[in-house]
Amino acid sequence: MHKKSKGPLLRTLVAALGFSAAMSASAADPLKVGFVYIGPIGDHGWTYQHEQGRKALAEKLGDKVETSFVENVPEGADAERVIRNMAKGGYDLIFSTSFGYMNPTVKVAKQFPKVTFEHATGYKQAKNLGTYLSRSYEGRYVGGYLAAKMTKSKVVGYVASFPIPEVIRDINSIQLALDKYNPGTEIKVVWVNSWFDPGKESDAANALIDQGADVIFQHTDSPAPIQTAERRGVYAVGYASDMAHFGPKAVLTSIVNNWGPHYIKASEAVMAGTWKSQDYWGGLDDDTIQLPISDIVPADVKAEAEKIIASIKSGEFHPFTGPIKDQSGAVKLADGVVATNAELASMNYYVENVKAELPK
Amino acid sequence: MDIDLLTNIFYAMVRTGTPLLLVALGELVCEKSGVLNLGQEGMMLFGAVIGFIVAFSTGSLWLGVLLAIAAGMLLSLLFAIVALGFNANQVATGLALTIFGVGLSTFAGAAWVGKPLTGFEPIALPYLSDIPLIGRMLFAQDLLVYLSFALFALVAWVMLKTRIGLIIQAVGENPDAASAMGLPVLRVRTLAVMFGGAMAGLAGSYLSLAYTPMWAENMTAGRGWIALALVVFASWRVFRVLLGAYLFGLASIVHLVAQGIGISVSSNLLAMLPYVATIVVLVLLSRDAIKTRLFAPVSLGKPWQSGH
Repeated sequence: MHKKSKGPLLRTLVAALGFSAAMSASAADPLKVGFVYIGPIGDHGWTYQHEQGRKALAEKLGDKVETSFVENVPEGADAERVIRNMAKGGYDLIFSTSFGYMNPTVKVAKQFPKVTFEHATGYKQAKNLGTYLSRSYEGRYVGGYLAAKMTKSKVVGYVASFPIPEVIRDINSIQLALDKYNPGTEIKVVWVNSWFDPGKESDAANALIDQGADVIFQHTDSPAPIQTAERRGVYAVGYASDMAHFGPKAVLTSIVNNWGPHYIKASEAVMAGTWKSQDYWGGLDDDTIQLPISDIVPADVKAEAEKIIASIKSGEFHPFTGPIKDQSGAVKLADGVVATNAELASMNYYVENVKAELPK
Repeated sequence: MDIDLLTNIFYAMVRTGTPLLLVALGELVCEKSGVLNLGQEGMMLFGAVIGFIVAFSTGSLWLGVLLAIAAGMLLSLLFAIVALGFNANQVATGLALTIFGVGLSTFAGAAWVGKPLTGFEPIALPYLSDIPLIGRMLFAQDLLVYLSFALFALVAWVMLKTRIGLIIQAVGENPDAASAMGLPVLRVRTLAVMFGGAMAGLAGSYLSLAYTPMWAENMTAGRGWIALALVVFASWRVFRVLLGAYLFGLASIVHLVAQGIGISVSSNLLAMLPYVATIVVLVLLSRDAIKTRLFAPVSLGKPWQSGH
């Protein structure tokens, strides 16, 4: 499954012999960029969007880059092996695109100081290791607003993967929007303990709908929850890619991750020698998050949603603005205080009105 | 816990258990004939992708199902040629078949990712589907689930009550003796393997045309492997295969429903539940070692050639 585009034979041979470190990239050599994916590129969700980003990079920079990817890489020991093989194989820049790749990436980055690494959704950086993520919570907030306006049962369902900060943050963001626009609306969370299992994701959506949820969110990678919502006649908010065609009557909006611009920028920086390790957060403002709102949303609600989007874009409004309390009532953010990226990145508590209990 | 909730749980249990049941029934027959085919996951995926492509292109769901079955049989025939014809190691051949099936389905399905399809819809039988608790579970499913009920009955009847069942078992127990009696061992085994392939292909089409009508790479997510384990834990008995498949389905659903209700058990523990519950129950049922040995096909996985 390791697809490789063209490469000079000599270079491949040299790399295979383990002399890749000696061959520092000369100006004529294309930048070798590798991607490590958690799911199949055909998941039509998370990995699919990263693959779109890789394609955008290959198209924009043409023969200045040579890109390849490995898909379906489990988190853990396998990930470390795959990332190390890429580093050994003469790759100049490696994107590892799942939270669980964090420690493997950190480990390999230490062993290959000349290779540049970027890890998605993590929080550990090093001199040659940067992190990047999408502020998906911005999209969730707008999704939460739409759910607040469209729900009749006042129950919203969330098909969740693993209890990590990225997921918890997004659940909180929805609850904050529900509190503001339809107080008393509850979010029910079901963890499927997987990023990708269409059958299980669909079962989870069914279980939530059976328990009264009439808007389904998902933090998993297949369009199965959307399809289930469509079949059951409830609303849904898609994630990672635009899933509207899987539920034309169900999808209010999809939180689309648009990674291409970042992949292009990072690759150009490495080529120019200006790349610096950073914690990059892309959101609505720089188009890393896109929110195509469906026409099934009434015009006035849509107009209000566009206003919220504009206020997030301009920086005038941040979903995580105090006062925010956790479930025990302890104040996490004082009145008017905006959460820092570090606070968002390590969020491990539910906000006050989430009824569910956070899995330990 | 109200009765509607239980009705829904039982309904979902059967939906979730059906792909496991189909694959496990096929593998049961295959293993009874003495052949271990670890290629289930690959055959399922190939069936899923072919079923989806055909149904999407022609608009006929049943044609999709039919060709998915054919696709599963085609891959299993490949297995039979290598493992039975050339006497290659069955474990290695089966593993290779899974890897091949995963790759082939990805390749074949690349252009079909992200395409929505209206799949088999549930058909509720009047009156019967209104029976509390079990009405929806038994009488408000889609046609492929009904077909799985019929196939279960057929396999149970053939394996337990007919001469064909005896022949399959004889070939799996002692191929030399069976051959001496004039039974065509390799032909029986090949047909059993192909039945396994057909069932895996059908299970694949259930995933891509009924359960979650779409094509996504690796959409089986390990169900082929679970079905393989089920056959062993069910100690090769057809009713226990049914029990195991639905038990696994039930525990998977309870794991999801309990969270929504807000029962606070570690979700990791809950996620283990389907595996633990299924194994514990089936192991308890099989603790009589002598009886279990009686049902295990003695020559399972051993290559055989006439004239030895």
